[in-house]
Amino acid sequence: MHPAPSVIFFSVFSGLGFGLLAWLGLGIPAVTGFSAFAFFTIAYLLAVGGLISSTFHLGHPERALKAFTQWRSSWLSREAWCAVAALVLMGIYGLGLVFFDSRWTLVGLLGALFSLGTVFTTSMIYAQLKTVPRWHMPLTPLNFLSLSLAGGALLAGQVQSAVVLILIAACLQIATWLIGDKRLAQSGTTMASATQLGDVGTVRAFEPPHTGTNYLLREFVHVIGRKHASKLRIIALILMGILPIVLLLLPFNHIIAVIAVLAHVAGVLTARWLFFAQAEHVVGLYYGKR
Amino acid sequence: MTTLPQSTDKKLGLVIDLDTCVGCHACVISCKGWNTENYGAPLSDQDPYGADPSGTFLNRVHSYEVQPEQGAAQLIHFPKSCLHCEDAPCVTVCPTGASYKRVEDGIVLVNESDCIGCGLCAWACPYGAREMDQEEKVMKKCTLCVDRIYNENLPKVDRVPSCVRTCPAGARHFGDLGDPDSDVSQLVLERGGVDLMPEQGTKPVNKYLPPRPKDALPEFDVLAPFLEPVIAEPKGFLGWLDKALEKI
Ligand code: SF4
Ligand code: SF4
Repeated sequence: MHPAPSVIFFSVFSGLGFGLLAWLGLGIPAVTGFSAFAFFTIAYLLAVGGLISSTFHLGHPERALKAFTQWRSSWLSREAWCAVAALVLMGIYGLGLVFFDSRWTLVGLLGALFSLGTVFTTSMIYAQLKTVPRWHMPLTPLNFLSLSLAGGALLAGQVQSAVVLILIAACLQIATWLIGDKRLAQSGTTMASATQLGDVGTVRAFEPPHTGTNYLLREFVHVIGRKHASKLRIIALILMGILPIVLLLLPFNHIIAVIAVLAHVAGVLTARWLFFAQAEHVVGLYYGKR
Repeated sequence: MTTLPQSTDKKLGLVIDLDTCVGCHACVISCKGWNTENYGAPLSDQDPYGADPSGTFLNRVHSYEVQPEQGAAQLIHFPKSCLHCEDAPCVTVCPTGASYKRVEDGIVLVNESDCIGCGLCAWACPYGAREMDQEEKVMKKCTLCVDRIYNENLPKVDRVPSCVRTCPAGARHFGDLGDPDSDVSQLVLERGGVDLMPEQGTKPVNKYLPPRPKDALPEFDVLAPFLEPVIAEPKGFLGWLDKALEKI
């Protein structure tokens, strides 16, 4: 799949933002007044910034409101609802904390629920796709949710929780990679099943439909950079997991914490780039590619 | 509404004969010609006469070389367009309701004025049947020529999809695959028509007729007795000529 920067930034930053909102909704840390304002500003910048960046990916962003209509069947529509519900609820909850010095627990809990719901629905947009076997598994939502919770804990300054959650997220990330590598083969979709010519003999793509490229090849058959995948996986793992954990275990210091956050975000961005770049869409088989 | 209908009154679709298709791409051209000036946005091209041409097509013809265990390889031309699936994953993923499957005839369409161009439906289609138009930024796909098949302004013979009307080899057939007595259903039955990627669970309406087994080559060539084997080492005049030419 084509690793579109807008979608990578959207999913990583909104994942972080909603992760932080979930922690704030649970009342961790129990901030009020100005520090609450600071925390909420960061969370909203990330979550809303991510959402705005996702609209760059749309052909007709001016019609985006229509995306709220099909929540009965579409995960993308459900994501839109969850995101708005989370932002409104957390906005009300934040108002209480910042201006009235009061914590409306129920609103916070619901806000936290919808924040995680947003991350979950985002991940389901990918996990639902049978056409991309690497994504079509329960590990995809677990991967997204664990990263969001870990990143949220890191931003919320919850050192102990962050260490544990980053560890869990890193393990899930490794599992996602290793199990994902086998998914296309396990899916049973091959050039033979795509063309139904396997009974005649071994199928080889002889000539593509046109000499030039097309939308399908650009969007679904992205092979550039796959050859560096194993190196990038190690880099991603070090940045997202090992480095932040080591830094967090050192005596606490704000500069170290900032470096831990930056390393984690860079690692997650790398992993998310790989999530797209390594994903094989079955349509590639019609072109003899994967 | 992007939930799928429980069932459709008809299942209009195509039957494509891989035995007959000669790979001439006439259907590709006629599809582009009809659909660029009728239903919805035109099918744009980018850099059409330049170094890196590409464009939107609703129908594309692949060619495959298939090597049997014994004997010569076969070249099989393989037209591919939307299969108007019964369990169309492209419809259910659409957030706006722009993509839908019609109850009356099972045709899968995009209402372009509702499409936000998110591209998710193209991701969900295993067959590469949907393409985002780079000019209009909306999703384009085969409409089964919905603007021809019911069009009473056209002579009856033209009330079939443009690709079917055009195919010079008669490799494309159009009809109601939901009616077991229709010509297309009978053809599928007779020739053992198949679904592409059945494991994807899309239940395509369009069917493909597999190539018939090729005749085996005769054991001997009828002309063989008239042809002397080539002399490996020419003698006489030819031998002299061979050597003379070698020396030059
Ligand atoms: S072929 Fe693709 S676009 Fe057509 S109905 Fe099936 S899934 Fe949808
Ligand atoms: S590209 Fe258009 S038709 Fe396809 S899922 Fe998005 S809104 Fe629906």
